[in-house]
Amino acid sequence: MRLRTPAATRNLGGLSLAALTVVTLTACGAQVDSPGADASAATGTTCVDTSGDTVKIGFLNSLSGTMAISEQTVHDSLQLAAAEINADGGVLGKELEIVTEDGQSEPTVFAEKATKLITSDCVAAVFGGWTSASRKAMLPVFESQDSLLFYPVQYEGLEASPNIFYTGATTNQQIVPALDYLAEQGVESLFLVGSDYVFPRTANKIINAYAAAHDIDVVGEEYAPLGHTDFSTIVNKVKSADADAVFNTLNGDSNVAFFKEYSNAGLSPDEMPVLSVSIAEEEIGGIGVENVKGQLTAWNYYQTVDTPENAAFVEAFQAEYGEDRVTSDPMEAAYDSLYLWKGMVEKAESFAVADVQEAADGVSFDAPEGIVTVNGDNHHIAKTALIGRIGDDGLIHTEWSSEEPIEPDPFLEGYDWAQDLS
Amino acid sequence: MNATPRTSDRLATLLRPGRSRALAGFALAAVLLFAVAPVLLSPFRLGLLAKFLCLAMVAVGIGLAWGRGGLLTLGQGVYFGLGAYLMAMHLKLADAGPGGVPDFMSLYGTGEVPWWWEPMRSPAATILLIVLVPAVLAGLLGWAVFTRRVRGAYFAILSQALAAAFAILLIGQQQTTGGTNGLNGFRAFFGYDLTDPVNQRMLYLIAAGVLLVMVLVARQLMVSRFGELLVAVRDGEDRVRFLGYDPAAVKTVVYVVAAVMAAVGGALFVPIVGIISPADVGVVPSIGFLVGVAIGGRATLLGPVLGSIAVSWAQTTVSEQFPSGWIYFQGALFILVIAFLPGGLASLVRRRRRGGAAPPDPRDDDAPTDPAPPDPAPVPHTEGRPA
Repeated sequence: MRLRTPAATRNLGGLSLAALTVVTLTACGAQVDSPGADASAATGTTCVDTSGDTVKIGFLNSLSGTMAISEQTVHDSLQLAAAEINADGGVLGKELEIVTEDGQSEPTVFAEKATKLITSDCVAAVFGGWTSASRKAMLPVFESQDSLLFYPVQYEGLEASPNIFYTGATTNQQIVPALDYLAEQGVESLFLVGSDYVFPRTANKIINAYAAAHDIDVVGEEYAPLGHTDFSTIVNKVKSADADAVFNTLNGDSNVAFFKEYSNAGLSPDEMPVLSVSIAEEEIGGIGVENVKGQLTAWNYYQTVDTPENAAFVEAFQAEYGEDRVTSDPMEAAYDSLYLWKGMVEKAESFAVADVQEAADGVSFDAPEGIVTVNGDNHHIAKTALIGRIGDDGLIHTEWSSEEPIEPDPFLEGYDWAQDLS
Repeated sequence: MNATPRTSDRLATLLRPGRSRALAGFALAAVLLFAVAPVLLSPFRLGLLAKFLCLAMVAVGIGLAWGRGGLLTLGQGVYFGLGAYLMAMHLKLADAGPGGVPDFMSLYGTGEVPWWWEPMRSPAATILLIVLVPAVLAGLLGWAVFTRRVRGAYFAILSQALAAAFAILLIGQQQTTGGTNGLNGFRAFFGYDLTDPVNQRMLYLIAAGVLLVMVLVARQLMVSRFGELLVAVRDGEDRVRFLGYDPAAVKTVVYVVAAVMAAVGGALFVPIVGIISPADVGVVPSIGFLVGVAIGGRATLLGPVLGSIAVSWAQTTVSEQFPSGWIYFQGALFILVIAFLPGGLASLVRRRRRGGAAPPDPRDDDAPTDPAPPDPAPVPHTEGRPA
């Protein structure tokens, strides 16, 4: 019937349709006014189905994009943990059914897939995430949907969401012990090198505060864009600054270029050691052992950790994925996270989010790295800090240990020098 | 609408097959978007569709600039990002309350709101700036570039460099832009709670309405004198100049229109998706916008929109089925279309229509020119997505 519309110009037909759209729109918009006010009631309902003999959980790692090389390893160890748990009778007698999603190395996709896992797949918990950006992107999703995320990577702290369990180290379990170690070694000046994103910037903020309180000079602070591979300028600055040590928060490919340039410039671990917090066993092969041997790292787990649990973990992992594979801290933290969730669920005797949160405090696991225990207040876990030295074999060997697990303190409230940070 | 026809001449114009089909098409699209989709889709899928509609808005603009105007814009992420970040800044400030400071600024920055954030405290100013900032930027840039007769691959490279620079700038200014984390965690959209499913549906309906309006605007531009001129500039810029027109002005106008469409898409993307980060505005997403346009058929009216929505939809569903293999599907589809259907999937429909029993279309308003125009610039390569 619109054909009869005698538009005066060719434009009018289109305009009237536009008007129709607007009318439709306002009609729909009006509905929102009333229920818009009391919105919160609509959320928070869960569709998790625990009536059968299986329960769904989600694994959300980047299987494509720039982070895939790292996150695939975490995904592998999560799969290993799930297979072990299922072989052992599941959780509360229910077999774990894994729903895998690809975060595509993009924060936006992480948020989308997290929503999908929670609302469409109705998973009881999600395991994954790597970059701080991906965690920050997922945080509002898990909080608004009231679901659980287990995040397995060391990070910059200053966060504690009731809906996230952080099974990697926070700053007082990695960066602060690393600084303690350097200070103990008589280091009086530091040069900071990092990728330009939130973790290095926050880490360096903490390092600066620590240095100011401990008579350490920070003689330089340089940032390179993520993926940057030309380090001649930065290495020259490091060389001429002549610090006692370099604190390295570079991420990914940049480390390859940085360490090659570093050894090319004639700098050696003996005269100016580099302490890195983002290089694990997995990355050493890519950088080349000859470029990094003798340098220091700070983590909570190394493949060489001497515990029976670790021997079993490494053996099981290599049996599943190949003898040439190595195990690293984030992989181990992810492996732990699934067992910790199992522990919480079994303590709560329920899969419900509120019950799991309630039961979380004090749940512990004999992890490959040693005993880890969940802190119910901040949802981080107590972990032992290890400073390691990269060996000729491409593995990292413990040089110094905090001997016992350090209680997590994501906001560094127990440190006087850190009071102005957050 | 109740007026009577004044001349039979006009009636005849209106009854042309192309026009009636276009109207029927819009009516069908409106019914699908406003009535069918909200009923059939779960809230999560409807949210996804809303996101795809926002990306399709960028595609409408690219269809005009690239398909009709021959401007291979590899940097629409810049304008998408400008709109998105302006909206995100407003939402952040609104969440923080009057005089408040967004959470991430006190966490990573100085705890003070920089002066250039202040205008976004006002909703009206935000909406105005979402249109004005990209329009002015695209206008200045377009004028500077097109009057110097930069075109083809040189323009494509320039626009792509702009997208790269924009993303690096955002990452570098972590204290005021959120860096790689971007901006997220919005609670309300102009006072409406974003977690409420009713409001999420409202956002979808707004996105659908805006997209339909944009398609209408694109159609009116295409069938107008300006549209004819645009195609003429694409196919023979020098001849147009010799005829006394200024091709730079024509190109600048279409570039501005595409930029504004991208910015509006970005602005709606933010409350719908709940996050904007440099990963959504850099080189890779900028090329991603083009993929849908190329697959759908860049020179047609609906090709870019449908192509963009279809590619986004396929990407999501394939990624859900094959989490580690979806990227190969997208690459393969792109290669197949570029190799065998340079005019996009829309040309397939047209070919069938011409070969089949349907009566020939003497004049088709939807696409007055041939579906596969000579491409003045090289086709974007697939290397843009890192493996």
